[in-house]
Amino acid sequence: MTKSKTRTIKVGALARVEGEGALYVRIRGQEVTDVQFQIYEPPRFFEALLQGRMFAEAPDITARICGICPIAYMMGASHAMEDALRIEVTGVLRDLRRLIYCGEWIESHVLHAAMLHAPDFLGMQDAFEIARGHPDVVTKALSLKKLGNEILEAVGGRAVHPVNLKVGGFYKAPSRTAIRALVEPLKEAVDSALYLTRAFAAFDFPDYNYDYQFVSMRHPDEYAIHEGRIISSHGLDIPPSAFLEHFREEHVKHSTALQGMTTDGERYLVGPLARYSNNFDQLSDLAKEAARDAGLGPVCTNPFQSIVVRMVEVLYACQEALRLAEAYEEPDASCVEVVAGAGEGHGCTEAPRGICYHTYRLDDDGRILGATIIPPTSQNQRQIENDVLGVVQANMDMADSDLQWRCEQTIRNYDPCISCSTHFLNLTVDRA
Amino acid sequence: MREGGRPSTLIIGVGNRDRGDDGVGPIAVDRLVAKGIPAVEHSHDGAALIDVWEGCDRVILLDAMRSGAQPGTVRRFDASGERLPKGAFAVSSHLFGPVEAVETARALGRLPSNLIVFGIEGGSYGFGDPLSPAVQEAMHDLIDRIIKELTNSHER
Repeated sequence: MTKSKTRTIKVGALARVEGEGALYVRIRGQEVTDVQFQIYEPPRFFEALLQGRMFAEAPDITARICGICPIAYMMGASHAMEDALRIEVTGVLRDLRRLIYCGEWIESHVLHAAMLHAPDFLGMQDAFEIARGHPDVVTKALSLKKLGNEILEAVGGRAVHPVNLKVGGFYKAPSRTAIRALVEPLKEAVDSALYLTRAFAAFDFPDYNYDYQFVSMRHPDEYAIHEGRIISSHGLDIPPSAFLEHFREEHVKHSTALQGMTTDGERYLVGPLARYSNNFDQLSDLAKEAARDAGLGPVCTNPFQSIVVRMVEVLYACQEALRLAEAYEEPDASCVEVVAGAGEGHGCTEAPRGICYHTYRLDDDGRILGATIIPPTSQNQRQIENDVLGVVQANMDMADSDLQWRCEQTIRNYDPCISCSTHFLNLTVDRA
Repeated sequence: MREGGRPSTLIIGVGNRDRGDDGVGPIAVDRLVAKGIPAVEHSHDGAALIDVWEGCDRVILLDAMRSGAQPGTVRRFDASGERLPKGAFAVSSHLFGPVEAVETARALGRLPSNLIVFGIEGGSYGFGDPLSPAVQEAMHDLIDRIIKELTNSHER
């Protein structure tokens, strides 16, 4: 490897990420001169097809943006419509929403951490190799994932694209028996999550830290999942309605997904690392203890440790789901009455990959005049490119094949949902 | 179907109906069900397949394949005896596809004792597209082979 030449690292179709994308890195001498996280999956124009539809249709239509995190879309759309129509969902109905969201966090985080990201740390090429070397890890991961699905089924009617959620609450309140049936499996799940947190904490993490601008939600009373204000580690504290005053999206040539940034053009990070670092104080005692035992401080700036942070969040979500399931009593009404009308509303929730923002304008009949949805992976694109740049710059002497591996691992730190952001990944490192 | 007397053979069609030839599995399920043969569609991630076939001795899995063969080519794999060819089933954006599910289940001892996989080579995977003519044509052959597979198993 001659150091004065140009090197190109290309990943043609990134594996173990959701959606279709590629990575291109150009190195001239000892300098990384270009990093492009290329998203070439065709856009799906969800925002346009929402126009003219009734407000009540938005949760079910937007759920189709993603098969992994439909709850994030359903809840963001519901909150925005409730904001526009000035209603509030509280009490048991709010608890049910938090419960089903915990299910989605468990399912999504466990799939990514154990099945898709862990192989990177174990030097494995394929997701299924982990089952041969670490059957206990995979068995526990599969049982956690299954439980996540069962929570979605119990509250949402089915595991993929649930059908029971609506603006104002639910079509039918789940029976006490169905929710209480989750209690025993959830107790076991807390132990499994603890086991996986410890197992992943033993990985060898590449030494890379970055002073991120962490953006997440924060709620006064709980670790924010489905409700709260939007805050940043740089002092921002705004209601969701002010999102577009502080953040914007820009089109870049190499991506079919718009790239998110602050209105000042700064990159920022959303997702588990941001939530954890902004809201560590609100985790359960057990989750905090597990995080400390895993070698994490109250703020985590090493993106490779996101795999551990995801498991800490899974642990928390299992405990939180357990608490909610144990307390559940059937409500008198399955939803709050909603009267159609004009308005503008905003909704923001913590999808597993980070904040997901929705805003809608409605006409007098409650018909959608305009819709904007900003998913987490769009917001993280600039930070992903910057992390790849930093990681390549710090590992310039690595052979191209090792460097390519490290680049893919870096992208998987983000659990990128390319389908959501535009909606497969290819990598190119250009050194010559 | 799961509660009241499971069929002796569970047929699972994997794929996405809205991505052209990736929908061949689910569409084959429709054809089988119309003939009174129980079959289920699976469009969720592959990892969940391990739960779907839990407790089943005999499973037939149908999925689109991208191995470089002629579109419409139908290949039969005895997955209980051989490893599935890596990459051949990497169609669309399955996160953890059927191959990963089969090999993970094998490592964990959770593979059905008899697992036959039919791979149908796809030609196009456009959004909202119907099956390509080649795959549509292959459908008759596929259904015949599945029925033969079932008949053979009953004769055992």
